[in-house]
Amino acid sequence: MSFAVPPDMEKELDELVTHYPQKRSASLMFLHAIQERFGHVSQEAIEWTAKKLDLQPINVYELVTFYPMFRQVPLGKYHVKVCRTLSCALGGSAELREHFCQKLGLDAKEHGAQTTKDGKFTVEFVECLAGCGTAPVMMLNEEFHEAVTIKKADEMLARCK
Amino acid sequence: MPQEYRLILKHADEPGYTPDIDCYMRNGGYETLKKALSFQTKDLPDGKKQTPQEQIRQEVTTSGLRGRGGAGFSCGLKWSLVDRKSGKPIYMICNADESEPGTFKDRQIIHKDPHQLIEGMIVACFGNDVHLAYIYIRGEMPEGARILNRALAEARAKNFLGKNILGKGYDLEIHIHRGAGAYICGEETGLIESLEGKRAYPRIKPPYFPAILGLYMCPTIVNNVETLAAVKHIVQMGGAEYAKLGTPNNTGTRIVSVSGHVKKPGYFEVEVGKATLGELIFDEKFGGGLRDGRKLKAIIPGGSSAKVFKAGEKFKVKRKGPDGQLTPVEVDLLDLPYDFDSLQQAGSMSGSGAIIVMDDSTDIVAALANLSEFYAHESCGQCTPCREGSLWMSKALHRLTNGHGRKQDADYLIRIAQGIQGRTICAFGEACSWPVLSFINKFKDEFEARGARDEAKHSSSAGAGPSGEMRIAASPQH
Ligand SMILES: Cc1cc2nc3c(=O)[nH]c(=O)nc-3n(C[C@H](O)[C@H](O)[C@H](O)COP(=O)(O)O)c2cc1C
Ligand code: SF4
Ligand code: FES
Repeated sequence: MSFAVPPDMEKELDELVTHYPQKRSASLMFLHAIQERFGHVSQEAIEWTAKKLDLQPINVYELVTFYPMFRQVPLGKYHVKVCRTLSCALGGSAELREHFCQKLGLDAKEHGAQTTKDGKFTVEFVECLAGCGTAPVMMLNEEFHEAVTIKKADEMLARCK
Repeated sequence: MPQEYRLILKHADEPGYTPDIDCYMRNGGYETLKKALSFQTKDLPDGKKQTPQEQIRQEVTTSGLRGRGGAGFSCGLKWSLVDRKSGKPIYMICNADESEPGTFKDRQIIHKDPHQLIEGMIVACFGNDVHLAYIYIRGEMPEGARILNRALAEARAKNFLGKNILGKGYDLEIHIHRGAGAYICGEETGLIESLEGKRAYPRIKPPYFPAILGLYMCPTIVNNVETLAAVKHIVQMGGAEYAKLGTPNNTGTRIVSVSGHVKKPGYFEVEVGKATLGELIFDEKFGGGLRDGRKLKAIIPGGSSAKVFKAGEKFKVKRKGPDGQLTPVEVDLLDLPYDFDSLQQAGSMSGSGAIIVMDDSTDIVAALANLSEFYAHESCGQCTPCREGSLWMSKALHRLTNGHGRKQDADYLIRIAQGIQGRTICAFGEACSWPVLSFINKFKDEFEARGARDEAKHSSSAGAGPSGEMRIAASPQH
């Protein structure tokens, strides 16, 4: 599958470049836009971005490998990110992640992001999401959810079609 | 009894208060910007002239404002260090990376009152002759980024941004830049690298002080969200008036994030130093006390990087007596005024203003293991002591929480931590070693007992497996 950026998106990206005195600065915003649209950042996307910003592909590739939010392979349609860090751990985030894993047939003992076989869900532990006062917190794709009980988690999963 | 004092969060949680510009302007929004832009050059008694920009900077210096991002550095002093003679443009960056574990205050401002931040930022930019500025927001706040983008567009439409703002001949543009999940982007020089489109590898100081060689090697000011929101109020009410809030050298208000084992976790804006640590945790108006039947075990007072306090600790803190002299007095942990200086004198820091409370159900070894895993994950990897040390500490703590500890692990961990602090490019080195040093120094018996227990177990039954899933504390009632 070759990588093609639709014209409307390219226009948006060209506008982003104008925000910065140096083109290279736009690379993180490019990668966000690409990942939002295509679900991940492919090798072709890296090369395309490098060309657009007058960079070498390695300059873009090293960003994709450094910043935890970027991924080179597609993940599940629904991405569950449960906060792992202390305040949420004190508030039951380990139990919450375990519950998601059990419900979705994933192995709670495994580390790192895990995706269900049907490609529908990815469950992952992430670090503090700046919502520690309403622990445990999580994100479902771009939505932020606070004080997530087991019941709330089940309702959330039921809504994921 | 201390109360909340809502200056920055005055409207944030009012019913019907929305983040759009009309609502903001109905509540007096952008009046401070108009005021700032109409300052006239003033003749000083000594015959010198003071430009409007200098007046704004003077107000901020007079206010005593200290940075709310973590270091508590004087904002006026930071601004005075900017190289204004280089002929290069001066940039301003708002640090909205909010990622110090325990901290969730900037999120409130961004989501509920974004124009207040933007107005503060425009005033700060005007006062520092900045014409291009960025808000660096962490990647995990996509909604925050959308809210800010909408707010910036509204401000542009009203000519609070753009060319010739309100006909006063001042040009300014502000753009949103999103991070992508790396804690180290909160460190100001890492943030600058990231904004240049590179890996967020912090720069070594000297020579790369942002005030001189910052973004694109130009003079740059990096300020936290809450700091810039405070600037709006300082210029509105005057620096001297602002300085009356709070306590000497710890002026103004500050949004404190309280999380962990309290009945009412949340964010509370208080006058700095007017509430004690104990009040913020136990008072009904704030944290509301511990869960029923629980006792206090430990407090992390300023975000996860701050050194932990153990329940019952006492400190020598300098207090001004009736004669105006500073004399050291003994203060109980819970009576420490929650301000920059008191916490520093007690050996920790108020950092990002985040208090994490742990009750007696907490497994202190597991709590430290949790934090160390965070730092091992977030080290940027440039400095060997930090890259290797943060991982060693996390691994040793993982062993201790999984039934494979040794009695000497406590000392081993301290040795690693001591090998990191002071030997790295950025303050992350301290951030990752301070929790280890303080947890182990203050709860050494628990760390040693855990290791000793594992050793005994292994000598009696070779090959005992891990003790199972790690649980840090009694589960909350769901
Ligand atoms: C490891 C590390 C992480 C940091 N994270 C943040 C952060 O998330 N937000 C923030 O405002 N400052 C953070 N800081 C502090 C910034 O480097 C900088 O001091 C601050 O943004 C300056 O703003 P202020 O003077 O207004 O506080 C961090 C510092 C270090 C060493
Ligand atoms: S101290 Fe750690 S985080 Fe900071 S520059 Fe060195 S390796 Fe990176
Ligand atoms: S610890 Fe989970 S949001 Fe901060």
